[in-house]
Amino acid sequence: MSETLLQVKELSVRIGTGDSAIRPVDAVSFEIRRGETFALLGESGCGKSMTALALLRLLPQPAGEIVGGSVRLSGEELLSLPENGMRAVRGGRIAMIFQEPMTSLNPVMTIGDQISESLEQHKGLRGAQARRRVVELLDDVGIPDAAHRYGEYPHQLSGGMKQRVMIAIALAGDPDLLIADEPTTALDVTIQAQVLELIRNLQKKHGMAVLLITHDLGVVSEMADRIAVMYAGQLVEQAPRKLFFGQAQHPYSHKLFAALPDASKREERLTVIPGTVPLLNQTFYGCRFADRCERAWDICRGQVPDWFETSPEKGEAPGVQGVRCHLADPTLSAPTDRTVVDDTAAQPARTAPAPQNVLLEVDGLKVHFPIHKGLFKRVVGQVRAVDGVSMSIAGGQTLALVGESGCGKTTVGKGILQLLKTTAGSVRFKSVELTRLTSKALRSRRSDFQIIFQDPYSSMNPRMSVVDIIEEGMIAQRIGSNAQQRRHRAQDLLRQVGLRPEHIHHYPHEFSGGQRQRICIARALAVNPQLIICDEPTSALDVSVQAQILNLLQDLQRELGLSFLFITHDLSVVSYIADRVAVMYLGRIVEEGDVNEVLEDPKHPYTQALLSAVPRIDGESERKVIRLEGDLPSPSNPPQGCHFHPRCRQARPECRKSYPKVTRLSETRLVRCHLMDSQVK
Amino acid sequence: MIQHVFLWTDTLIFILLVAVLGFAWFARNKEHLRAPWREVVRSRMAVASLVVLSIYTITGLLDSVHFRKALPTQEGQQEVQYSGDVLSVLDTLLGPMRTQDEKTYSAPFAAYLYARETVTGADGEKLRIFPRLEYGGAGLTDPATQKGADIARRTVTALAEAVAVLLLLYGMLGLRLASKWRQSWMSALGAIAKGTSDVPWRTALLTLGVFVLLIALVVNLSGAYHLLGTDKVGQDVLYQTIKSIRTGLVIGTLTTLVMLPFAVFLGMMAGYFRGWVDDVIQYIYTTLNSIPGVLLIAAAVMMMQVYVANHPELFETMAERADIRLLFLVLILGITSWTGLCRLLRGETLKLRELDYVQAADAFGVAKSSILVRHLLPNLMHLVMIAVVLDFSGLVLAEAVLSYVGVGVDPTTQSWGNMINRARLEMAREPMVWWSLLASFSFMFTLVLAANLFSDVVRDAFDPRLRAQR
Repeated sequence: MSETLLQVKELSVRIGTGDSAIRPVDAVSFEIRRGETFALLGESGCGKSMTALALLRLLPQPAGEIVGGSVRLSGEELLSLPENGMRAVRGGRIAMIFQEPMTSLNPVMTIGDQISESLEQHKGLRGAQARRRVVELLDDVGIPDAAHRYGEYPHQLSGGMKQRVMIAIALAGDPDLLIADEPTTALDVTIQAQVLELIRNLQKKHGMAVLLITHDLGVVSEMADRIAVMYAGQLVEQAPRKLFFGQAQHPYSHKLFAALPDASKREERLTVIPGTVPLLNQTFYGCRFADRCERAWDICRGQVPDWFETSPEKGEAPGVQGVRCHLADPTLSAPTDRTVVDDTAAQPARTAPAPQNVLLEVDGLKVHFPIHKGLFKRVVGQVRAVDGVSMSIAGGQTLALVGESGCGKTTVGKGILQLLKTTAGSVRFKSVELTRLTSKALRSRRSDFQIIFQDPYSSMNPRMSVVDIIEEGMIAQRIGSNAQQRRHRAQDLLRQVGLRPEHIHHYPHEFSGGQRQRICIARALAVNPQLIICDEPTSALDVSVQAQILNLLQDLQRELGLSFLFITHDLSVVSYIADRVAVMYLGRIVEEGDVNEVLEDPKHPYTQALLSAVPRIDGESERKVIRLEGDLPSPSNPPQGCHFHPRCRQARPECRKSYPKVTRLSETRLVRCHLMDSQVK
Repeated sequence: MIQHVFLWTDTLIFILLVAVLGFAWFARNKEHLRAPWREVVRSRMAVASLVVLSIYTITGLLDSVHFRKALPTQEGQQEVQYSGDVLSVLDTLLGPMRTQDEKTYSAPFAAYLYARETVTGADGEKLRIFPRLEYGGAGLTDPATQKGADIARRTVTALAEAVAVLLLLYGMLGLRLASKWRQSWMSALGAIAKGTSDVPWRTALLTLGVFVLLIALVVNLSGAYHLLGTDKVGQDVLYQTIKSIRTGLVIGTLTTLVMLPFAVFLGMMAGYFRGWVDDVIQYIYTTLNSIPGVLLIAAAVMMMQVYVANHPELFETMAERADIRLLFLVLILGITSWTGLCRLLRGETLKLRELDYVQAADAFGVAKSSILVRHLLPNLMHLVMIAVVLDFSGLVLAEAVLSYVGVGVDPTTQSWGNMINRARLEMAREPMVWWSLLASFSFMFTLVLAANLFSDVVRDAFDPRLRAQR
């Protein structure tokens, strides 16, 4: 068990040449033992994926190059192997699965053929033998009815299923080491729980080692035996799980924990890590984290820190903890912990929202998309993306709309904004019915409600400068009487969202993801809205940047009395920012209530499953996950009766027959489930 | 005394020129428009082909300023009469080449005709000989012995002149760059010679040098010889090929001008509004696409010919008559060739309209027309640019093919297609006449090759995926 499988020493990678060459991996050393899970943790741009690609010698060609170090697999040096020797290693002894299951499979080959291709390459299996093995593998990764699935194409499978097929392909060569590069980032929490459990089980069964690359502390705490934190191309800390989650040493690791949103932090501001990951094309003369570290002192900027290891005390988990930080240097005495008291951390970030009059009222909103077929484009069916959603938001309040991808939550947002034609139902904003307004009347009201999108990269026209982007809405809504005033307002807005007003003439590509999201917020604020629909505004961002944006949204709500409809799939964000929560499943709201009620005492089985599937970082991986079988059904053909019953463990006969009615549990609490009916009766 | 003549195509060419210059002025301050072009001029291939293209363009522009000379006033005449010949600035520059017509075919640099003629000798005897040319090698008393030396002497003069001009250009470029880079003149010259400057000026100078040499040769030799021989009616082939440049350029550029509004406007409308607008536009272009292009062009050109023949009063000169046919060819080529780009732009618009920034503009209540102009059009421009540059060479070749088939430009218009068409018979003749075909072929080849190389670089510079890799 404790035999070393993979030994990486001083691995360095360079991409490009000359002055612009970057070093995404700089002298990284670690070991992976047989059968263990080793997690590589870090923000995007820290070189995690590059490290994995370098192990397999799959760096982007021709720019990428391994410039030093050694990689030994069971004692055999991989970096000096000839290319055809390397091909036996790839897939055969080290297999890899990628983040995006949609693009990792060839869309024109059946999944069976794709798996047997790998079998033929590494095991020399052909024909019936290979076919038998493929079915075994598909069974292994938990694909039901494997023999029948052999001939299916990737598009016939859901995202979770595709990731299972990817894992089956990786297993085909019977590898000693499985590299999983963000294997669940593109998946929903319930599917993520399934896939993580699968990887764990397979690991036990086959005795593989797993190198897990992720940015998600929750996933790490569930899966990893040992953890290495990567920052700006270097390992900054390495520790067994218990030690890492108990007593992380590096300030960066501390910050990562602190930046996670959580219900317990509701009353305070999230800790942010100021700034961004430094560019990797420079020579570092000090600690790479020094500029963002509040415990940094002179030596951190002048001298590159060494790697310090602390041996385990007796009785503790095996493995050593190592850290690259001057604070851990026994020969130096660090200045007394001068953790700067965050000036805003002290003041309560939130005041209990004063109950105000209802701002937005949605009643029975339906958005259906017709399915056209045939020569004359006859309508043969409807995709019921949103099928009767009712909700209301009071002034100054935040309502979180939670659900898995495909449940229609973004469509609700666009339906409310009238960006999509609604099929039925009413949307009243300050008692004005929006669905029946003429397009001209609607246009003049658009300044009251705005939207912030998920992807800060596609939500701004790349060919417009920041000032044009911010002023566009003002011009359309006739805010500010002349160019001078608008310019001033744009500058004020940038200041308000924490950017420098000098930046108004820059173009979007010159900003980082978090900064772009700030510009999007400034753009939305430019027209003085009262309601902002935030469509997953932080899911494309790193944890530390997410914290900045969440803080900003909180501040703006307090200053301007904004209402938010916060659309998200991330329950930890919900618990941090929302006042009320509505849980959506297949186009309908199944549970709604105050945030504490819902998150602490979920009533609907779906909410319960959703909450249990969220990986937690408290180190106790013994929590019970309510496993949801299967995937979200298609909204074009929802199941009879309660939409959730095929996946529900507590389903009863009546669940198959009729959709449950709303059960009002209290003043603030609504559930739609037959179980509740009986309880109330 | 001259009278300016504004042919239809001349006017359009200058409108296009103004539009291109206007766009360059507009793009000067837009970083996202400038960046790819900066990329383009850093490539040696692009700079070399840009020099070739500019020389062709300048030739074409010189050939697009037309006028008629006044005829000498006769006695008792009140008004000034103008000649029926419409000349261009290029014609006056080419001077002797235009006027020095021989009787019939003569080979390049020949002093004798290519065909035997029966002449009556001094003693009344009838002889079948190759007679001397009227202009080619006219200054020589014994061409057999003197021609080589004469050509060599003129070539050396041309070489010397070319070198002198090139050095002058080099020096001037050095001065210009020295003031721009704030360096000394010598160090600027050194940077150019070593090829260390950002823009590959050395490549530009060398390519230009080749053309300066060619021009010097033409200037020195064309008065005394027919450099590329003469055709059936004794016209200088080099003159014809140079005159054909304008026709090629007109077809290549004006067709795009005709096509672009259709393609861009309809493509964007179809993609953005969808629904019935999309259906109508799609039906139009699928219908148009399923008619064989050559057939449509032939029918249109025939109709035009009949119209011109029936309304002689509308056209004062031969040139105007030929020009209207050229214009019509351009129009009909444009109408048949917009569908490809339109389809491409429709697809791209369908993709763009779902992007968040278009949705955001919608959420701000921005009017549809300004969404089209501000958000969609700028993000489609790179496709338009690539399509225009790629189509250019295809259209130049299309002209040759159409003229060969007989539905192209007017037979009196000088064009490479017409020359190739005539060469069909010349190649079948014994002894073969090869120079006409060779001349038109090599001129067209140079233009199309340069355009293709240039378009490759442009495409790479504008392709966002390739740009991300750099």
